[in-house]
Amino acid sequence: MNKKLLGSLMLALVLTACKSAPMVEKPAAVEDKSASAPKAPANGADSSAIKEVVIDSQSTGNSPLKDPSNILSKRNIYFDFDSDAVKAEFRPLIEAHAKYLLAHADAKVALQGNADERGTREYNLALGQRRSVSVKKSLNLLGVQDKQIETVSYGEEKATAGCTNDACYKLNRRVDIAYEND
Amino acid sequence: MNILKLTALKWVIYCSVLLSSALAHAALEIEISGGGAQQVPIAIVPFAQANTQDNISNIIAADLRRSGMFRVLETGGVVSRPSDIAQIKYAEWAALQAQAMAVGTVEVLPGNRLKVSFKLADVLKQTQLAGMEYNIAPSQLRLTAHKIADVIYQKLTGEIGNAASRIAYINKAKGRYALQVADADGENPQTVVSSAEPIISPDWSPDGTKIAYVSFEKKKPVIYIQSLMTGQRMILANFKGNNSAPAWSPDGTKLAIVLTYAANSQVYIINADGTDLKLLTKSSAIDTEPTWSPDAKWIYFSSDRGGSPQIYKVSAMGGEAQRVTFEGSYNLSPHFSPDGKQLAMIRNDGGKFRVALQDLSSGQVQLLSEGTQDESPSFAPNGRMLLYATRIGIRGTLAAVSSDGRIKQRLSESGGDVREPTWGPIIN
Repeated sequence: MNKKLLGSLMLALVLTACKSAPMVEKPAAVEDKSASAPKAPANGADSSAIKEVVIDSQSTGNSPLKDPSNILSKRNIYFDFDSDAVKAEFRPLIEAHAKYLLAHADAKVALQGNADERGTREYNLALGQRRSVSVKKSLNLLGVQDKQIETVSYGEEKATAGCTNDACYKLNRRVDIAYEND
Repeated sequence: MNILKLTALKWVIYCSVLLSSALAHAALEIEISGGGAQQVPIAIVPFAQANTQDNISNIIAADLRRSGMFRVLETGGVVSRPSDIAQIKYAEWAALQAQAMAVGTVEVLPGNRLKVSFKLADVLKQTQLAGMEYNIAPSQLRLTAHKIADVIYQKLTGEIGNAASRIAYINKAKGRYALQVADADGENPQTVVSSAEPIISPDWSPDGTKIAYVSFEKKKPVIYIQSLMTGQRMILANFKGNNSAPAWSPDGTKLAIVLTYAANSQVYIINADGTDLKLLTKSSAIDTEPTWSPDAKWIYFSSDRGGSPQIYKVSAMGGEAQRVTFEGSYNLSPHFSPDGKQLAMIRNDGGKFRVALQDLSSGQVQLLSEGTQDESPSFAPNGRMLLYATRIGIRGTLAAVSSDGRIKQRLSESGGDVREPTWGPIIN
């Protein structure tokens, strides 16, 4: 460990719950956990000084959606290679989530698209987005309104790394359903 | 590492220097293969150094060696150790076939300061080429060594050096993602921000004081701008859907970003304070990975509007997009050379994703890298080297290649999975 790293002021960010669509938020509240001044001498002349920020996600609340015996606990929809078509085997899963969303007008879901690791990160982010839009359209057809759905993508970031065959790659071609505050 | 064991004695020497450093285990280690055609033979005489911290002469020598433009001579056989011009016995250094030589001192001053003096001499003409003095805090010794290396580089090649610059990259280790910044030699790595959720797409502000990046801490891609010195973060874009691919304008007042706010991934321009969002591209396809031309007139971006992913350009004022790449079925991640004459990109070369360089006036394309999943090319401040991500097995690591393809380097940090490097500006 280098001295600057050891000496850097540790900051924790208290994150607010996921909100959609404000144009610009104020900077997240920053809590200074160190009781005293940083260990390294504060040196205004050192243009290479860096202050470290540590983000800790906070999971909020318990959800009936997590009951493993309930189909609502199933959240993954898999796709064929180079395809964004929702396969018939995932209809019951999507119908169950549509029913839940229609019954809980306050509930919001993010449909998180994923892609396998071949290609560049930002392009895969865009490819994952296409799959999430495809699932959104399925929910729309079942009556769920856009205001309860956000389509986002993780691209290849949640992909299993080091795949060499399609049995591995195909697990990365999916949309995950994530409930807000879940 | 094994592949380079036989490449050159100078790498072995360099390696032993690194291993002797107390910081070596934490730092990115750099492997070098190949070399430039015309290397200036130079002697870096060990400085008369009063403090016991990092050895300044070794840092300067390593910087020059890594540039590929110098052959750093072994000085162990010369008895004299001049630390100023007047002490140099030129015949000794001419016998070593040095064309140039650097001498200097590091003195400890009261108040925990250091005085670094350095002189560069032309061995054949027996004249002084440069002389500098720095009054610094001990924490700035490495940076000062890099600045001296850049003075030497500039005096002897006529171009600016890259040593006093930094690189940023994402390091995934122990289930956490960290945006880190290190010196251009891979030393002195510092964490800018870390999170259990992915962090991607870092981009330096042109003045090097801030980094824009995409964090998934809100369970979706959101663009942040963070000050390196204060750690203060600002959300640049958190619209419905994805917010990604931030790219600073050359003057630092705006960023090109990608949103799925209205529909599919499209390029927008937004002020650096988050105001005045404007849609730039209008297609029903994927438009992403925007980057500005150095003259700020054009935005180059990736799009699959023509069926396969290719690079297009559009005026920064808006308008019709024009296709830029025609060779190959897959070209992504455009990045400009500082002079605006060349465009680096990722090309799918028969299933292998590699760094390619396109000359924008002739259209000629050269493949520069040899990996299978190379990504994220970016140029050094002087345009001589490109930094990119490559993989060894499933682990990501960083590599660099000269823009003429002759010099290849690999950086690897033990224990991490390193990706998405981006080369920052020179530190003033």
